[in-house]
Amino acid sequence: MRAEALVKRYGTREALRSVSFDVAAGEKVAVIGPNGAGKTTLLQILAGALEPTSGTVSLDAGDVGWVPQHPALYGKLSVAENLRLFARLERVPDVERTVERMLEQTDLRGRAGDEVSRLSGGNRQRVNIALGLLAEPAVLLLDEPSASLDPRQRDRLWQFLSALGTTVLFSTHDVGEAERHADRLLVLADGELLFTGTPAELETATGAAAAAPDFETAFVRFLHDRGH
Amino acid sequence: MRWLLLKDLQILRRSPLLVVLLVIYPIVIAVLFGLALSGGPEKPRVAFANLVPPGESEFSVGGRTLDAADYAGRLFDSIDPIRVSSREEAIEKVRTGEALGALVLPENATERLRATLGLGGGDAPTVEVYYNAEDPVKRRFVEATIEARLAEANDALSDAVLREAARYIDVIVRGGNVDLPLVGAIEILGLQRSRAIVDSVAAGQPRDSPERVALEQVSRFARLAGDNLDVSRPILASIGSPVKVEQTVVNGSRTPLDAFAVAVVVAVSLMLLTLLLAAGLLALEREDQTFARLVRRLVSRSSLLAEKVVLSALCALVVTLLMLFGLAAFVGLDWSRVPAWLAALLGGALGFAAMGVAIGGLAREVRAASLLAFLLALPIVFLGLVPSGSIDPALFDVVNVVSGLFPFKPTLRALDGAINGGELLLPILHLLALAAVFFVIARVAVRRLA
Repeated sequence: MRAEALVKRYGTREALRSVSFDVAAGEKVAVIGPNGAGKTTLLQILAGALEPTSGTVSLDAGDVGWVPQHPALYGKLSVAENLRLFARLERVPDVERTVERMLEQTDLRGRAGDEVSRLSGGNRQRVNIALGLLAEPAVLLLDEPSASLDPRQRDRLWQFLSALGTTVLFSTHDVGEAERHADRLLVLADGELLFTGTPAELETATGAAAAAPDFETAFVRFLHDRGH
Repeated sequence: MRWLLLKDLQILRRSPLLVVLLVIYPIVIAVLFGLALSGGPEKPRVAFANLVPPGESEFSVGGRTLDAADYAGRLFDSIDPIRVSSREEAIEKVRTGEALGALVLPENATERLRATLGLGGGDAPTVEVYYNAEDPVKRRFVEATIEARLAEANDALSDAVLREAARYIDVIVRGGNVDLPLVGAIEILGLQRSRAIVDSVAAGQPRDSPERVALEQVSRFARLAGDNLDVSRPILASIGSPVKVEQTVVNGSRTPLDAFAVAVVVAVSLMLLTLLLAAGLLALEREDQTFARLVRRLVSRSSLLAEKVVLSALCALVVTLLMLFGLAAFVGLDWSRVPAWLAALLGGALGFAAMGVAIGGLAREVRAASLLAFLLALPIVFLGLVPSGSIDPALFDVVNVVSGLFPFKPTLRALDGAINGGELLLPILHLLALAAVFFVIARVAVRRLA
C-alpha cells in the first residue's frame, strides 16, 4: 500500500499535512500519536470511507478491510446474521462457507446465534474484525482495535491478528502495544508525519535510549523535542 | 437493497415493543384529532329562568294563540339547560361556574309582547342573557348560539304576525270573518264587495247627479285600495324573510365532516408512522456505527436512503390502508375508490418517508431523530389544518406556502380527493416533487454521517 501526499482539510483546519508512506506486504504497521494527531482521519482515507482533500492511495477500497474503532454491527442481529448480511453485501462467492470460516477464526461458533448486543466488548470487537476480513482483503486497517478491551481480551486479539498473516495497519494510543506488535511505526502529530521506522529506530532517533526508562517515555520525549 | 430490506425487517420483527408503539401511537393521536374535528363542541350548560307567571306566557296574534315558552324552548336544542326559578339563582349558577351562561325571561316579557303586537306601544320585550367569560371559546359559542336562536325565535314571531296581517288584508280586500278580542267574530264586507254595491247603487242614479259622482269616487277609491292592498300581501311576506340564502361552493368540495375527519386521521397516522420509521431506521445505522461501513463501498448512499424510503413507505402504507378499511366500515366510504386510496397513500408515504430520511440524516441518534420528527410534525399538522378566512389573508398565504413545503397538506388533499372524489393528481404530483426535494436534502445530510 502506498499513500502519497495525503492532505485533509476541514475548513481552515488541516487534519493531515501531506502524509506519504509505504506498507510492505505482510507488514504490521502501527500509527501512533497524541489525541487529534489525525490517526483516525488517515485510516478512514486509506479505507475509502473519507475523501482526501488531495493525495492518492495506491490500493482500491475493495482490497482493504476496515475495522472501525467502534464495532459497526447490528445489535439486534445475531453474530452469524451479521456475518451473513455483510458477506452477501461483499458478494463473496460462498456465503455460508465464509461465515463458517469466520466463526471458526474468531472462535465464536458457540455464540453464532446470540444477538450481538448481548456479547461482551471483546467478542463484539472480534465480530467487528471478522467483518473486516470477510472479503479476504490484502490489507486490514484497524482503528484502535484494543481500546475497549481488558488485558486478557487484548492478548487474545493480538494472538488472533498475528495468526492472520495479513498486512495490518492499526492505530493505537498504547505505544507499548505498538512496540510489541508492530514491525514499523508511523508517528503522527497535528496531521504531520514525524517519523516512520521501527520502534528501535524511534528510540535511536530521540537519542534517549540510555536515559529513558521505557519506550513510552522515549516516545513522549521524541514528541516533546519536536515541539508537540 | 434486497438484503438491507430483509435486515431492517428482521430488526423490526425483533423489536415488538417499538413496532407496537410505532403503530399504536400514531393511530391514537390520529383518532384524537379525528374526534376533535368530527365532533361538534359539547352543549354548554346554561341556566334558564322563566319568570313569566304560569298561564301568562300565551299571547294572541289576530285570532291565534301562541306560547312564548315554545319560542324560548328552541334554545334548548343547542344548550344543556338548568332550569331555575329566579334571576338570582340563574346568575349564581353562572358565577359558580356550574353554568356557562344564564337566560332569563322576565316577568313582563309576554305582557310587553302583547302590547307590541297589539300596537299598544311601549318597550319591546327583552330576554336577559348572562355570560361567564372564564372560557373564551365556550363563551363565544354560547353567545353565537343564543344570538342565533333568539334571531330564529324573533323570525318565527314576526312570521306569525305577518301571516295574520296578510290574512287581515285579505279580509279587508275580499271580505270574510275575523275574531277580535272582546268583540268576538264579526263579518267584514270587504273592499271588492263594497265597490260592487256602490257601483250598483251609482248605476241607479241620474248620470250627472252629485250623488252618482260621489259614489263613483268611492268606487274608484275602493278599486285602488283593493288593488294596492292585494299587492301589499307578497310585500309583507317578503318582510318576514327579506334575504334568502343561496350557497355555492367556490373552492374545495362538499366533503362531509366525518369523511374529512377520516382523511385527517389517516394523514396524521401516515405522517407519524412514516416519519418516525424512516428517520429512526436511518439514525439506527448511525447509532450501530454501520453507516460508514455500508457506504464505504458496499452500497451507495442513495441506495441506502432509497431502501429506508421504500421500507418505511411500504410499512406505513400497509398499516394506514388497513386503518382506512377499518374506518370505512364505520363511516361508510365508497369502496369503489380503493385504487385512489392506494395512490394517495403511496404518494403521501413517499413524501413523508423522504422527509423522514432527511430528518434521520440530520440527526445522529434514533432518539434525536424521533424528537426532531415530532417537533416538525405537530406544527406541520396544525398549519395544514388552518382554514382560509380564519386568519389574516396575508398570513394565510404564508401559512399556505409553509404548508406546501411539507407533505402533510398535499397528503390531506390527496386523501380527501381519494376518499370523497376530489382532485387527486395535482396533490400526488406535489407529493412526488416534495419527495424528490427531501431525498436530495437527505443525500446532502448523510454526507456528514460518514
